[in-house]
Amino acid sequence: MPDGSHIVDLRACTPGPVREILPLEARGLTYEAGGHRLIDDLSLRFEDSGLSAIIGPNGAGKSLLLRLLHGLIAPSGGEVLWRGQAADETIRLRQAMVFQRPVLLRRSVAGNLRYALRHGRNGAAGASVGSSVEAWLTRANLLHLADRPARLLSGGEQQRLALARALSRRPEVLFLDEPTASLDPTATLAIEELIGQARAEGTKVILVTHDLGQAKRLADEILFLHRGRVEARAPTEQFFSDPENDNAAAFLAGRLVF
Amino acid sequence: MQDFSAAFGLAFDLILSGNADLAEIVLLSLQVSLTAVLFACLIGLPLGAATAIFRFPGRGALIVLMNAMMGLPPVVVGLFLYLMLSNAGPLGPLALLYTPTAMIIAQSILVAPIVAALTRQVVADLHSEYDEQLRSFSVGRWAAVGTLLWDGRYSLMTVALAGFGRAIAEVGAVIIVGGNINHVTRVMTTTIALETSKGNLALALALGIILVGIAVAVNASVMSLRATAARAAYA
Ligand SMILES: Nc1ncnc2c1ncn2[C@@H]1O[C@H](COP(=O)(O)OP(=O)(O)O)[C@@H](O)[C@H]1O
Ligand SMILES: [Mg+2]
Repeated sequence: MPDGSHIVDLRACTPGPVREILPLEARGLTYEAGGHRLIDDLSLRFEDSGLSAIIGPNGAGKSLLLRLLHGLIAPSGGEVLWRGQAADETIRLRQAMVFQRPVLLRRSVAGNLRYALRHGRNGAAGASVGSSVEAWLTRANLLHLADRPARLLSGGEQQRLALARALSRRPEVLFLDEPTASLDPTATLAIEELIGQARAEGTKVILVTHDLGQAKRLADEILFLHRGRVEARAPTEQFFSDPENDNAAAFLAGRLVF
Repeated sequence: MQDFSAAFGLAFDLILSGNADLAEIVLLSLQVSLTAVLFACLIGLPLGAATAIFRFPGRGALIVLMNAMMGLPPVVVGLFLYLMLSNAGPLGPLALLYTPTAMIIAQSILVAPIVAALTRQVVADLHSEYDEQLRSFSVGRWAAVGTLLWDGRYSLMTVALAGFGRAIAEVGAVIIVGGNINHVTRVMTTTIALETSKGNLALALALGIILVGIAVAVNASVMSLRATAARAAYA
């Protein structure tokens, strides 16, 4: 278990170089369901590497926005562009997402990693898959559980595996939907350490979180989402000292309800 | 009552002495039903998985047809296949009537819809859970089908066992297309029917005991598969 003593500041090192598939751009993105406009004419651009945290009240549309950007659902209007073009197979293979409730395959811990690597962008070279699996299990502190059925792991271990599995695919852009939502502080710390490493290695991380402390610890910038719109966006320190938006200020003060 | 216990005694003697006729009938039964289940799985697994995962024209009709065929009365399947295979029928030239092959076809027709319908349920449940993750991995459609079938393997094995249970216990269809010919197409169920009507209760009972034993073994396998899967959280 990482004891956390060596984590000084997860943002201490500068993020890695800008990735090839960036910029990621949403243009006039709209998503409607059941007669409601859940994502409302949203435009934004992610140009730099580093970590962008998306915060906002329950039901603001954070998860929907991640799914739209990642291409899991089709927008009702607008478009998502990567380097000015729609996502193709190459671009899709350079992204990864970890869901709020990790979806682990009915296989062993190592089997889950093996699957992700075999279907990753470097395909199925047997020996290199084997060594990558071991390297990632070590990194996620799961090596001792390699042969355990993945779905028998604890919540924290499951989330670590889901994150390691996503990272093993060497994504340039990583979407994380509340990866520590139901975890205790120790498990949260282990996840944050992995996220911080990914950011330091140059992965663009787009993190949805409810944990404002986490946003402060990890994020280079904050986006405040409310009713399907980005109402505020600012570098982390600036956002928390002066949100410049009434709803964002109310949210930080714990007064904003959806 | 005297007859009854005497018949039981004789039946056990037959089983324990390894009677050759008995063994032949049991082996043919197993051979026919296992082959039928194999074919039913070859048809039912892809069909069930496809209707669970893909949207295509005619999918709704196919599902209705599959569900309707699940409840087909075996004698009607036997009759239908008899008409197809008899000399005057379209498949008459194949000369399959009254052969084990005809019985295999009959049981396959009976079991395939069961395998397909149950597979559809298993795969649909797994699909709804895995879909976004597999698409996030950018796994192709066919690779996704393979993944779902593999990860559903324990449930699908119980599906196959359920199909085998239906096949081995079935009598109506195989008696019509097999003809119950001694040493050729006599399986456990048809022999029980025949021998009972002839008053040869010992042989009928011996086969009945074995049939029940097989049913118990199938159920025990299903239960132990479920337990294994549950222990590994694979169900
Ligand atoms: N497929 C859907 N159909 C109708 N409403 C939906 C659908 N998906 C999400 N919603 C609604 O959209 C809103 C935003 O959802 P979500 O993105 O999950 O919010 P959050 O910001 O909490 O992650 C919620 O009110 C949710 O109930
Ligand atoms: Mg959410």
